[in-house]
Amino acid sequence: MAATDTTRGDGLKLAYWPGCVSRGFTPELHGSTALVADRLGIELVELDRANCCGAGVIAEHNQELADTLNARTFALAEQTGLPMMNICSTCQGAQSECQQRLADTEYRSHINETLAEEGLAYDPEGFTNKNFLWVLVEDYGLDRLAEQVTRPLNGLRVGPFYGCYILRPKHRLGYEDHPERDLYLDRLIEALGGEVVQYDGARKCCGFPIITMARDVSLRQAGTHIGDAIDADADCLVTPCPLCHLNLDMQQPEAAKVVNRDLGLAVLHLPQLVGLALGFEPQQLGMRKHIASTEWVEERLAQPAAATA
Amino acid sequence: MADFTLKVRRFKPEEQQGPYWETFDVDLDPTLSVLDGLLQAKDREDGSLAVRCSCRAAICGSCGMKINGQSTLACKTMLEEAQSFAETHAVAAQVGGDKTESGSHGKPEIVVEPMGNMPVVKDLVTDMESTHWTKIRRVTPWLLPEGDPPEREYIVPPESMIDVTQSMACIQCGACVSSCLSMEADPDFIGPAALAKAYRFIGDPRDAESKERLHDLAQDPHGIYDCTHCFSCIDACPKGVAPMDQIMRLRRAADEEGIHDQNHGRNHMEAFTKIIEKKGTLDEAQLLQDSYAPGVKGKLVPKHGAIKGLVESLPTAIRGVKTGKMRSLPKLIPGVHPKLPGDAQDHVKRIYAHAEDHQVELNLYIRGEEPDEEAPEGAVEPEPDQVADTESRPGADTGLSPGAGS
Repeated sequence: MAATDTTRGDGLKLAYWPGCVSRGFTPELHGSTALVADRLGIELVELDRANCCGAGVIAEHNQELADTLNARTFALAEQTGLPMMNICSTCQGAQSECQQRLADTEYRSHINETLAEEGLAYDPEGFTNKNFLWVLVEDYGLDRLAEQVTRPLNGLRVGPFYGCYILRPKHRLGYEDHPERDLYLDRLIEALGGEVVQYDGARKCCGFPIITMARDVSLRQAGTHIGDAIDADADCLVTPCPLCHLNLDMQQPEAAKVVNRDLGLAVLHLPQLVGLALGFEPQQLGMRKHIASTEWVEERLAQPAAATA
Repeated sequence: MADFTLKVRRFKPEEQQGPYWETFDVDLDPTLSVLDGLLQAKDREDGSLAVRCSCRAAICGSCGMKINGQSTLACKTMLEEAQSFAETHAVAAQVGGDKTESGSHGKPEIVVEPMGNMPVVKDLVTDMESTHWTKIRRVTPWLLPEGDPPEREYIVPPESMIDVTQSMACIQCGACVSSCLSMEADPDFIGPAALAKAYRFIGDPRDAESKERLHDLAQDPHGIYDCTHCFSCIDACPKGVAPMDQIMRLRRAADEEGIHDQNHGRNHMEAFTKIIEKKGTLDEAQLLQDSYAPGVKGKLVPKHGAIKGLVESLPTAIRGVKTGKMRSLPKLIPGVHPKLPGDAQDHVKRIYAHAEDHQVELNLYIRGEEPDEEAPEGAVEPEPDQVADTESRPGADTGLSPGAGS
């Protein structure tokens, strides 16, 4: 890893792939990531020439196309000499799928022939690509993160929503080496002073991938999980996936109609939750841009610790 | 002193008892299976404990159930493995709903439940007929060859069968159906097992009705576009069938067949792929529009369902404007989204030109994964025995093939 003179992050410098949605429908994710990374002393080198991961959709159409597009992104990251980081579960899953196939030498050389025109080549040796959640737990360290907390979450009851693409399939996502990756969000919430809410939907699907194809089925998934979290007395949900955020937050009023109940539960992006604990104001973190109001979270954080049950 | 405690979801309808939890202490070698544990409990403590099993070797597919919330085969799950997972994931507190986390030996309980998405007949025995087998029959799970049958067997080149070997490995245990998150929300979803089975025939060179099958499954609102891409079935399958991958192969085949389904499945895929070719990153507003009504600028022929879909998505967009989520208005206007900087977009276009020409599909199930020097031994091939088996066939040595259907 390249050495830097950054002090607080102990030289944690990463090639950063923000993905599409964080610069599109959820701009608050990109913005809050930048704030939080800077506060933690993590230096991000943005891959602004890189392309969409394909979200599994391009692979449905043409696997070779998806693999080449992602090999291009990996090669661009490798040019920086830094480990790669993403902030989207879906990017993680789609890119890990391509990484798995690109581990094949013969296939990779076929793909690299195409990349050669741009002077690029993907070499899996030593290359890593981790989402921000994995980076925080495995590379930055939750103890170190906890030391930076200036506004503990004060017993805020947070329901983790992981997103399928960083949970399954386990073999592809490195669970042999990191068997507790499906617990990281729980641990992060605790490290920030929050309380983890146990509810049925934490590791289920938000339904987003079929929102244009089977709208009711998609929104029933989102609505059910939000409802379950409300029934478990959650103050909010937190997710490392902007696509989950689209279905859980942006579509929440529509999901409420499908499951026929009142919802109204704040859904935070992972860096927003971290940012609150680091002392940023909700407005700085873009929380006012959400569809489901985050006011209750702000009120809860303003309450003194003694008031929490 | 017991070594393991199983916390079992019981249900005895003949005694008019609702579901309840019961714990059984079992005294067994840690490398024995959860099924062995259940059979010891049945033998020593309660003969009425209902569990279905036969081969005890992950071949017959009878003992599908949920262990620590994960759909799997009880005979393929070691007690120590299950207990270790129960410990790290504090499963008993979550699944059981009460806070008793340890058995008499001070170790966490292993939570055992019947499969999901199916009615429970008794204890761990589910009704496979009403859900699983009904759905399997839905896809006409037999060969529909053309013309009169040959005098002897049908003869096909072995390499033409490589593509379907993975779906043929299914043992009908129902673990994927149990784990399916789309089926939880839509019980009518045809589901992972049946759709994987459908691919087994659609990919079979002897079948004469592949196109009709594809049309049927693409047009059905509960068909191939009802899969939410959650990967649950891939992790649940004890035989490496990866049902979701088979569903994606069906979508690829439907795409190549040019089926414009009423679910906007192909439109969505086509629109997504084209946007990245033009822009490099996703223009969500364009995707939304094109998924419902492709070619708006040229020939607008939206069907009823397309208009409905587009209109239904409007309230969401309007709310986004109000909160400032989409304050920069261009994000809402399809087509305004910027391209990649400099010559990067041209490079992406060139990648398209190459890849659309080849459409190579790498099947890791057939080909096997190359060992990773850093990974511990045995971690790289989930089904080494089957990979070895397929690799020994003539012509099965590549796993690199042109896309499905071509």
